[in-house]
Amino acid sequence: MKSSVITFPGSNCDRDMDVALKKFGFNNKMVWHDDNELPKSDLVVLPGGFSYGDYLRCGSMASKSKIMQSVINFAKSGGLVMGICNGFQILVETGLVPGVLLRNKYLEFICKNVFVKLDNKENTYFKNLNKDILEFHIAHNEGNYFCTKDQLKEIKDNNQIAIYYCNKEGKIEDQYNPNGSIKNIAGIFNKEKNVLGMMPHPERMIDQSLSGEDGSIFFKNLINNIK
Amino acid sequence: MEVNEQIAINHGLKSDEYKKICQLLKRTPNITELGIFSAMWNEHCSYKSSRLHLKKLPTKGKKVIQGPGENAGVIDIEDGDAIVFKIESHNHPSFIEPYQGAATGVGGIMRDVFTMGARPIANLNSIHFGSPQHKKTKNLLRGVVHGIGGYGNCMGVPTIAGQTSFDSSYNGNILVNAMTLGLVKKNKIFYSKAAGLNKPVIYVGSKTGRDGIHGASMASASFDEKIEEKKPTVQVGDPFTEKLLLEACLELMSGDSIIAIQDMGAAGLTSSSIEMASKGNLGIEIDLNKVPCRETKMTPYEIMLSESQERMLIVLENGKEEVAKKIFDKWNLDFAVIGKTTNSKNIELFFNREQVAKIPVNILVENSPMYDRKWKKSKLPKKNKIKNEVLNKLKIKDVLKKVLSNQNICSKEWIWQQYDHTVMGDTIQKPGGDSGVVRVHGTNKAVAASVDSSAVYCWAHPLTGGKQVVAESWRNLISVGAKPIAITNCLNFGSPEKEENMGEFVECVQGIGEASKYLNFPVVSGNVSFYNQTKEVGIKPTPSIGGVGLIKDYTKMISMDLKEIDNLVLIIGKTEGHIDQSLFARTILDEKNGPPPEVNLFNEKNNGETILNLIDKGYVKSAHDISLGGLLVAISKMCIKGNKGIKISKSKNLINEIEYFFAEDQGRYLIEVNKDDLKEVTKILNKNSVHHEELGIITQNDMIINEKTKVTIDELKSYYTNWLSKFMS
Repeated sequence: MKSSVITFPGSNCDRDMDVALKKFGFNNKMVWHDDNELPKSDLVVLPGGFSYGDYLRCGSMASKSKIMQSVINFAKSGGLVMGICNGFQILVETGLVPGVLLRNKYLEFICKNVFVKLDNKENTYFKNLNKDILEFHIAHNEGNYFCTKDQLKEIKDNNQIAIYYCNKEGKIEDQYNPNGSIKNIAGIFNKEKNVLGMMPHPERMIDQSLSGEDGSIFFKNLINNIK
Repeated sequence: MEVNEQIAINHGLKSDEYKKICQLLKRTPNITELGIFSAMWNEHCSYKSSRLHLKKLPTKGKKVIQGPGENAGVIDIEDGDAIVFKIESHNHPSFIEPYQGAATGVGGIMRDVFTMGARPIANLNSIHFGSPQHKKTKNLLRGVVHGIGGYGNCMGVPTIAGQTSFDSSYNGNILVNAMTLGLVKKNKIFYSKAAGLNKPVIYVGSKTGRDGIHGASMASASFDEKIEEKKPTVQVGDPFTEKLLLEACLELMSGDSIIAIQDMGAAGLTSSSIEMASKGNLGIEIDLNKVPCRETKMTPYEIMLSESQERMLIVLENGKEEVAKKIFDKWNLDFAVIGKTTNSKNIELFFNREQVAKIPVNILVENSPMYDRKWKKSKLPKKNKIKNEVLNKLKIKDVLKKVLSNQNICSKEWIWQQYDHTVMGDTIQKPGGDSGVVRVHGTNKAVAASVDSSAVYCWAHPLTGGKQVVAESWRNLISVGAKPIAITNCLNFGSPEKEENMGEFVECVQGIGEASKYLNFPVVSGNVSFYNQTKEVGIKPTPSIGGVGLIKDYTKMISMDLKEIDNLVLIIGKTEGHIDQSLFARTILDEKNGPPPEVNLFNEKNNGETILNLIDKGYVKSAHDISLGGLLVAISKMCIKGNKGIKISKSKNLINEIEYFFAEDQGRYLIEVNKDDLKEVTKILNKNSVHHEELGIITQNDMIINEKTKVTIDELKSYYTNWLSKFMS
């Protein structure tokens, strides 16, 4: 399975994602933001970091990078595109997924483990996953997902909510919401479910010496679903 | 402008220093030259009050590849790998402008590390604030934490450990010490020594602006009521540019274009160019019109003294300009050939085709002032006699609650949760443990690092305090299973012109030297920050020690959380009941006098090495060193992290229960062992003459002390975790 990770100026989780994808069997290529063409890929990942220093608005300048036109075309033709953290912010800026990501509610960067509940397994990312609650890791300053009432209704109607922040038992309540996201939303799909944006970093949870191993479960399942 | 003595004094130079300049130059300097002298000869850059004493520190060892004198120290971690590391202060700017001051401190230390060719893999920090009641403390703390996070998080380097303290002696002068570790191949280390004639001198990175002019001079003076006016001397950081600079430099370093490289830190273009020339015994010629400037009409004086961040100076091999330019263009960074190396041994500056400065390099460096300042020796204070009746009135649980929730003991999670501590995917021990630990990417090895200081001990008796900080750093590395290799030190003191403060410095350095020599734990880098002083009031002497150690097999790393019910917890090292200068004495008895606990270096070494041996054999399930707060605080933290209880039975020794639980005797650890291994563990401890006793047995929940005091784990957690977040909300 072929994957591509885009490096923008200021990306800093690109190597971590490369390590994770290779560990679980992807033949991964690093792609420079200023390139015109995507290599042939089964999965494209926009990694975390601070593309363009988060200046102007997180993800906004990266969304106009040269490579993004071919990423957008790839997504529109049904290709799998996953944006993690800053990658999610970039996806939002391209309009591939709806909504915006605001500054965290308490105005502070948060780095910690969280639990997320899967809402929808009818997609390539989560199909066949034998768990409904995953322990992931977040590290962000602007992960407070927001959208209009109409958008919220639409994404609910289309089953576009991918994961919610919750507790260990899967309870989705305000107290388990780390950043003030509307309805505890931690990740969303596009309508077709081939584009996924999420704040948590599965690539930081890929062996038992790290924060946990639920990232391994996610990646193993993902490559099996793509095969 | 005609230069005279008064202008020199306004630049922070002393009258006789100005005379010396005129004498050495055999003429009056012009204003640009005076600026250069003031930048090179201030305390921050010249170490004029400290050099004499720093020479006494042990800096060599089998594992030392590079000691002090370069951008950072370098140690060997085997298999062709090396760790580059250093700690540096950014105290003065952080008080004036906490966000930018702290952020550029972090940016500066990372640049020191990647200048040597190493990719930064971990950040640490040691930050000290005034009393929580002081009106500035909250804002300063918030600003500093945001600044450290803002820079480190954006760079994508994990912040893996740190230390925070509060003490009223920092009310007018906070401390912000930042430390970085980088990983490099031994044969790809870059140095700042220029070599060869007519080699192009390259400027890369951000443009030069008017920020930070005289920053190093500002950091070489005490504060007064007009300190707010110094805001323009604080640099402004741009971590995004630094991230690009990091990637571009490492890309260029993978080839063979670079002869020498030096970051522009304190005193900017001045100190970087002069240091490269001085080390290479060469001259440098610079055309200031070629320096990329952010603002129009900048004068030679401003260009030379600007401390704009994220800039580097490189001496390239001839003919490599195009290769290098291509890389910096790719990363959207400025690149300019601004001069060349010469055999004149002068620094020569040109502006609009006119020579605007010409100074022999050796005058600036070798002839810089060095002072043997007067200093006062301190006496070991007399021990306090604490009556048993006083201690017997106290209830253990009440004391434990007060001590665990004290601002200098309680959890600092509010702080480190704002630092990305997991990026790079190799952090295997997060902040909150004895040391932070990161794997050496793609290997079985891991590097542990810790940063420590004990200002109260140093204040009570500098010599003992100096030794203690090194010993504590050593213990923190041992506690995670790392073999200690070397240290970096950041020496924060008041004014060297006051005999008491200078005495504190001299004796702390002596203590550091003695301990690091005995423990074979050499000093490979560091920095001195004097004048942490507002008017007549200086800070408590605060040397921060950053220790680095190696874990050969990271699966053998130890953490402090209790692992298994029915395992035993042993106390390693003897509990004598030393209460003076303990947190208990200060917070419960309100007693601030007396000597700090004695440091027995033989025991430190022996106990530490024996524990490493036990860890290597797989007998140690968890470990924690006993430091601030004493025994009961140490075991409480292990219970909280492991979510387990313990049944403690105090052995029948003669000292009072309170002394036993809250004394701060040195050289002690707690280790968890399996019952079945006890016999073998005891044998090894006895064979090495290590004092040990049993503390208790691990249980499912509750800490029960001598069958009469019960504290639930939830109670322990609430004492330990709440103070800081409540204070900041």
